[in-house]
Amino acid sequence: MTQPPDQTVRPRLALSHISKSFPGVKANEDISLSVRPGEIHALLGENGAGKSTLVKIIYGVQQADEGSIAWNGETVAIPSPKAARRLGIGMVFQHFSLFDAMTVIENIALGLDEAVDRDELKARVAAILDSYSLPLDPEREVHTLSVGERQRIEIVRCLLQKPKLLIMDEPTSVLTPQEVDKLFLTLRQIASEGCAILYISHKLHEIKALCEAATILRGGKVVATCDPKIETTKRMAELMIGAELRQIVHGDSSGAGAVRLSVSGLTLAGEPPFGTDLEGVSFEARAGEILGIAGVAGNGQSELLTALSGERPATKADAITLDGKPIGTMSAGPRRALGLACVPEERNGHAAVPDFSLADNSILTARHRLPLTPLGIISTGDVKNFADSVIKRFDVRTTGTAALARSLSGGNLQKFIMGREIGQQPGVLVVCQPTWGVDAGAAAAIRQELVDLAAKGSAVVVISQDLDELLELADRLCVINEGRLSAPRAVAELGIDEIGLMMGGVHGESGHGASGHGASDLGEPAHA
Amino acid sequence: MTTAILVSIVMTLVAASTPILLAALGELVVEKSGVLNLGVEGMMLCGAVAGFAVAFSTGSTGLGLVAACGAGIATAMVFAVLTLSLTANQVATGLALTIFGVGVSSLIGAGFVGRTITRLGPVFPAALSEHPLLRAVFGHDIVVYLSLALVLGVSLFLRRTRAGLILRAVGENDASAHAIGYPVIAIRYGAIAFGGALAGLGGAYFSLALTPMWADRLTAGRGWIALALVVFAAWKPGRLLLGAYLFGAVMTLELQAKAAGITWLAPELLAMAPYLATVAVLTMMSIGRKTGRLDAPACLGKPFSAS
Amino acid sequence: MLEWRRRREPSPAMLYASPLIAVVLTMLIGMIVFTAMGYDGFHAVRDIFLTPFLEPQRWADLGVKAAPLVIIALGLAIGFRANVWNIGAEGQYIMGAIAGTGVALATYDMTGWWILPAMALAGILGGMAWAAIPAFLRVKLQVSEILTSLMLTYVAVQGLYYLVRGPWKDPDGFNFPQTRMFTTDQTLPVMMEGSLVHLGIPVAVIIALVAWLLMEKTTAGYAVKVVGLAPAAARHGGFSADRVTWATLLASGGLAGLAGLFEAAGPFGQLTPQFPTGYGFTAIIVAFLGRLNPLGIVFGGIVLAATYVGGEIAQTTVRLPQAATGMFQALLLFVLLATDVLVRYRIGWKVRAA
Repeated sequence: MTQPPDQTVRPRLALSHISKSFPGVKANEDISLSVRPGEIHALLGENGAGKSTLVKIIYGVQQADEGSIAWNGETVAIPSPKAARRLGIGMVFQHFSLFDAMTVIENIALGLDEAVDRDELKARVAAILDSYSLPLDPEREVHTLSVGERQRIEIVRCLLQKPKLLIMDEPTSVLTPQEVDKLFLTLRQIASEGCAILYISHKLHEIKALCEAATILRGGKVVATCDPKIETTKRMAELMIGAELRQIVHGDSSGAGAVRLSVSGLTLAGEPPFGTDLEGVSFEARAGEILGIAGVAGNGQSELLTALSGERPATKADAITLDGKPIGTMSAGPRRALGLACVPEERNGHAAVPDFSLADNSILTARHRLPLTPLGIISTGDVKNFADSVIKRFDVRTTGTAALARSLSGGNLQKFIMGREIGQQPGVLVVCQPTWGVDAGAAAAIRQELVDLAAKGSAVVVISQDLDELLELADRLCVINEGRLSAPRAVAELGIDEIGLMMGGVHGESGHGASGHGASDLGEPAHA
Repeated sequence: MTTAILVSIVMTLVAASTPILLAALGELVVEKSGVLNLGVEGMMLCGAVAGFAVAFSTGSTGLGLVAACGAGIATAMVFAVLTLSLTANQVATGLALTIFGVGVSSLIGAGFVGRTITRLGPVFPAALSEHPLLRAVFGHDIVVYLSLALVLGVSLFLRRTRAGLILRAVGENDASAHAIGYPVIAIRYGAIAFGGALAGLGGAYFSLALTPMWADRLTAGRGWIALALVVFAAWKPGRLLLGAYLFGAVMTLELQAKAAGITWLAPELLAMAPYLATVAVLTMMSIGRKTGRLDAPACLGKPFSAS
Repeated sequence: MLEWRRRREPSPAMLYASPLIAVVLTMLIGMIVFTAMGYDGFHAVRDIFLTPFLEPQRWADLGVKAAPLVIIALGLAIGFRANVWNIGAEGQYIMGAIAGTGVALATYDMTGWWILPAMALAGILGGMAWAAIPAFLRVKLQVSEILTSLMLTYVAVQGLYYLVRGPWKDPDGFNFPQTRMFTTDQTLPVMMEGSLVHLGIPVAVIIALVAWLLMEKTTAGYAVKVVGLAPAAARHGGFSADRVTWATLLASGGLAGLAGLFEAAGPFGQLTPQFPTGYGFTAIIVAFLGRLNPLGIVFGGIVLAATYVGGEIAQTTVRLPQAATGMFQALLLFVLLATDVLVRYRIGWKVRAA
């Protein structure tokens, strides 16, 4: 299948000393890597390690501050995606640019830079589908397709342009295991025809199964280059996560308090058109502990949050109990009054109203537990005082309580939202992506508040894609995958290879967080 | 005798249907591009008055029709600038356009109240157009045949051409279309202009063909019915044709009843029929939509800003 | 090169200044347009916008015209805030008048202080009932309230025609299509001796104050605003969009119905085919000119009332057709929507370097 790497061949793509900064962040720092024709090269790293920025530079979406790009040995400038496509670079994005109400062939036609005759296009697409044995009906409308089939549209769009380099950005994050296997066959065939593939992922078992070389990024820098077929999973996980991670000391909250939030057999259909169904989700969160829920995006995290918050009530009252009281069928207001606070991932428009002042935004969720609106009349002074206390206590950088939520930076707004919930002293706090897009200082402050809240006897549930964060915060950890939740494991008991496997997508049918799909690919013992 | 009545019913039905068919066809293209222009009634009235004014002063109904298209485009461009370039609310701007059209048409039309012009005549020679039977097919004016040709043209444009494909893509997912590199705003300007031209033409059909005499607010809410018709047609030109003729039948109920000598039902109650039918049709469409079909362009009415 | 720059926060100064800028711009554009049409543009605009305010004998008329506009616009504005687009206020206005007139006709041989309140209540309920249809269809079946409320306006107009030409025609009215004249107990009391100023005017001001308190100081008003601005956040905060839709449509229908009854029991004193005056549509402009703020709407109502009163003046002084008033009002709304951009953007000078 894949030919052995031939060191004498000129690299198809060579990056040297690429750096890119955004206000406040160094996204890429002195990155060099090269990909040869026919090579499947992994770009490995966690969320926020700088992978996305790097591929955007290669595809011409963004420009590097420093460094150069060589294409087949010649230094080139890639000012736009169109220029990248002209060179022969194709990219399949994590989020597809598809048109749901249109057919597959129409979507493909729209993705081409030039007009192609309908019949000719049909023939060319049929040829590609045939030679790669891709099952895809060109006349189907996209909204009827599975995610894997949608991805094939993007792949065909790229292949039609006969690419010399194909970039796949987290291609398996939304695929089923069967679809992943099919995708790998296709990618190997594409590579065998001489196309270079840059494969971006944080799933170790996939990289081991597919790639011949790997560049590992952490904090915007290259920390290692290795051959994933030879390197152990444990070593790659350590490189990716950073060994110093294990030295973080948890708050001493290991004492198991009373169960405050209990979820049992929670099943809820996802919201159309693309929601994930929750299937038999069960867990308990105890007073004084932080429960972490890990998982790759789109596996039911936001559905779980809205099911817990009461925005989408369950059908059975006892599917969710709060301090022993069944609340499953209650709506959001009564749940909050009883002490269940939730912070959704999306700040603007969900957790907060962008066009409202901070004072008005504090009414949104705090009016149930605090006397801000006696008899339905807004007590302006109390609202302002509460908003002011949140701003002061959580160090929200703003012009005051009259500032609109939309005028705050992401980190400051998140501090305000977290403060608004924590300031009500909830018995249970469920928070999704508490530090997403938040600068390091604010993130540390938010995490500290979560630890403190738990220490005071509340139960805290943190849903996050950021494993670093969960390992730092959580006492117990479980994984959500395709709407199902694995049994929680104590973080202290987890080995680093198990963490790597958890990140790599665990299909929680076995009930044990650290086993499942992908383990068989490794061919090595579970413990190092 | 019965055939004569049938033929005459066909003639009034086609005549009553043509203006809403034209206006709805234009709006269908606008909505396919993701824009909701509620100002159809206003654009129709502007077209009606411009068409009448030009036909009256030049004596040419043909020039009147051209002027009506121009007036429709001009008013549509006011809407386009406000909603696309200045990102004003589409609903509010569409309402403003309708109120504006009512005002402008009665202001300009004030000088024409009661004046008459030569009615738009049939295309085919008298042997065909006045034949007792064949006139059902050959007895119509140019706009009727044009409207049918336009239905076919728009249908082919949307389904068969790359430009039509891009237009639909813009209405379906403006962000993706922008990401791929299509000029979303420019395409929507074009669609709105087309919608304006057809609404203007539809309006002029009232003043140049149906009642060759100027009367205030002569479109009587047909522009709004055209908007409902687009929903009824599920944004498909073929179904639009069917819907327009069905509505034509309902709209001429009052006339038909009078012709048939029915007096026990008050004419006012019959005049309610098209509006009640519109509400009923919208309701039925919504019940049908519950089966989960994707009909409306996904970006309909949502503001788009490239940055 | 000039360019638009998005403001980080909407400019509060522009929020209040833009309606005034719009009025001034409309006057300028109107002057140019009327001059181009061969009228005396300067005097036309002066008579439409300034004369009604400068001549005290016009003030009563100004108030009489402003009252229904303000009452209807208050209801509409609350709905618009929640993204509920009731544009069929004209129909609810007519249904309110019909329901109130029904009570009047049933009580025409009675006397008592209770008759007028009963008519007002019937007016409110009539408007509410007419607005309940689009509310039900939107909440239960997701039918757009824009088209349904508007279609029902045409139905209401035909209903009015039917009643005044048929069952409700005044038996002593020489076959004119109109109802009986209302009795003293069925007519709005006049507030100032010898003038047209009726009870509807102070009621409009009181409703504006109540609406302002409701929108700014209560959880109910908060719910309306949050549902309109951010539906997902509203759900997160435990507010029901369906309840807000019902409440705003019933409120705007009820207020339009009350305005209709006031008009029937005030200036008209009976129902005639001329009753639908288009106040329900003009009130949309009033709502926007008032920035959907209840107190601003009082200002907006007075400005639009001036265009009616001034339009009549200009008819006699510069022979401007009555229709010019309508065009002028629409022009005002266009200019207002255009100047709105100043609230969200500011004009800046583009620096050449990228």
